Order: sequence, then structure tokens, then C-alpha cells
Amino acid sequence: MARAFAAARSDMAEYLHIQSGREQAVRDFIEKPPEADVSLDSPIPEKDFNSAGKGSAEVKNLLKRLGVNPEVLRRVAVSAYEAEINVAAHSQGGEMLSHIYPDMIHVVFNDEGPGIADIEQAMVPGYSTADEMVRELGFGAGLGLPNIKKNADALRIRSEANGKTQLEFLIFFNSDE
Amino acid sequence: MTLQEIVEILEGEVLFAGSGLDVEVPCAFASDLISDILMCTKEPTLLLTGLTNNQVIRLSDMIDIIAVIFVRGKRPLDEITEMAMERGLPLICTDLTMYRSSGLLYGAGLRSCKI
Ligand SMILES: Nc1ncnc2c1ncn2[C@@H]1O[C@H](COP(=O)(O)OP(=O)(O)OP(=O)(O)O)[C@@H](O)[C@H]1O
Ligand SMILES: [Mg+2]
Repeated sequence: MARAFAAARSDMAEYLHIQSGREQAVRDFIEKPPEADVSLDSPIPEKDFNSAGKGSAEVKNLLKRLGVNPEVLRRVAVSAYEAEINVAAHSQGGEMLSHIYPDMIHVVFNDEGPGIADIEQAMVPGYSTADEMVRELGFGAGLGLPNIKKNADALRIRSEANGKTQLEFLIFFNSDE
Repeated sequence: MTLQEIVEILEGEVLFAGSGLDVEVPCAFASDLISDILMCTKEPTLLLTGLTNNQVIRLSDMIDIIAVIFVRGKRPLDEITEMAMERGLPLICTDLTMYRSSGLLYGAGLRSCKI
């Protein structure tokens, strides 16, 4: 189920960023993905900004009950929310799958396309293709993906033009700062 | 600075007072861009914004927002105020612009949040 960071199809573009100091922990997770203690699944309908963000709030509240420290909670909530909004704002809809382990969380976002033609470009702060309706709500700064990169211990995006997008991130609960 | 003092400085109208206006506000941030707000708010912060949609309230589920000031005469719909009430999030309106509101609060000693 939690086939974490599994090998990409060769025709798909991939972006991977691991926070320095976390390489070994991320590699350990990839090589031996454990069974998740709890998994949550929430749909993300296209352009539904009434419900967008609920999945992220739910995950944050669950982690809060589990006693995760507030700074880690903030990083999980911000990363999940930015990714959730991106699926609602830029894709035809998708889902959010959260896998919670004793010492970390792995969140996966799958959507129905249209994909990201150039992921490196999408990662550039300020780059945005958000439409007028999305901008009116306060989105479209082009800072969502950079924000996830900054807050997650590992971020991977796999996509292709006219295909689906998968974004996943890992955050460890023991902050090393 | 307390929320009460902030309301006075901004000649604000209190839409919802939360658990009371005597709450201490250590710092503030002003923006109309959601990702900008998410990126810059790492401590309990007063938010000044011209956005009045439900995602502004949703933001307070993710980060620690003490209260929201809607600037330049913007008013949220009743359903947005209700969402804030469910969360105990104080809401205040002011006719002043974002620039003027920020300047007045900064001048009165309210620092900007650590980014
Ligand atoms: N799931 C997705 N499907 C298709 N395109 C996406 C997806 N996520 C991001 N993008 C593309 O990457 C761009 C940059 O995303 P990013 O989250 O950084 O900024 P934004 O969503 O445009 O604005 P902000 O997040 O600051 O509100 C988007 O404008 C869009 O073109
Ligand atoms: Mg975004």
C-alpha cells in the first residue's frame, strides 16, 4: 500500500529533493517501507474550494492528538495544504493518501492530470499558471511547491505533460534542529 | 499590544471577539497571497488581509493565526464568520487600507512576525 517513493516509469519526469542530513533516513524508508499504523484517504475534487484543505486539517488534528510537536505539525500542515490546493486548483481532481508511522508521516497526492510539463520550472518561486478564479481566492503566488520543498524532509514529484501528477513527501517527527 | 488596542488604532469593527479582546498580540503579517502567508507565519501572528473567502479561515487550521483583520472595508459573508466562530478565531473589519493599517500598528510598536 505505502509503496513509498517506488521506482518511476522511465518516460516520466521526476523531481526529488531531500533535506540535507535526512538522506540516510529517507533511504532507509525507501528500502524497507514499514506497515503504516494509520492511513487516511480523502478525495480532492477539482476546483472545490469549499472542501479543499479539509483533508490537511484532518491529518494535522490526528497528529496533534498523537502528540507530535507543534513545529513539526506546522510543517506537515503547510506541506499538505499546499499540495492539496494544487490538486484542486491545477488538476482535474485527485486524492490524498496519508500514511502515519510512529516516527514520521508519508503523504501522497495523485491526480487525474493534465500533468506538469516542466517540473523544474514549476519549482521556481513565482512561477504560476493559476487561472483568474484561483487567483481571486488568493492563490497563484507560485510559492506553493517551494513552500513544500522548504518544509518537507523529502519531496518527490513525478509527472508528464498530458499525464497524471504524483507528489509525495516525508516528514519525520523528531526534528533534528 | 492587545487586540482591543489594535481595534482602537484601526477604528475597527469587531465581527467576532473570540475568547476576548484582551488577548496579547506579539506580531503581525499582511498579505493577500495565501502561500505567502503560509511561508511567513511560524509563530502566533495577527493577519491583515483583503481576502475574505473561506480559505483564509482554513489557513488558521494550518498555522497559528491569533485574529484576522479585513482591510479596506472588505466584509466576509456570514458563513465565513460562522466558520471563524467554530474555531474561536476573532475577526475584525477596518475601512483603512492594508498599507495604512500596517503603518499605524507598526508605529504603535507591533513588530512584524519572524519570517
Ligand atoms: N497537481 C498539479 N497538476 C498540474 N500542475 C500543477 C500541479 N501542481 C502544481 N502545478 C503547476 O506548478 C505551478 C507552480 O505551483 P505552485 O504551487 O508553486 O504555485 P501556484 O499553485 O501557482 O501558486 P500558490 O501555490 O503560490 O498559490 C502551478 O501554477 C501549476 O502550473
Ligand atoms: Mg500552489
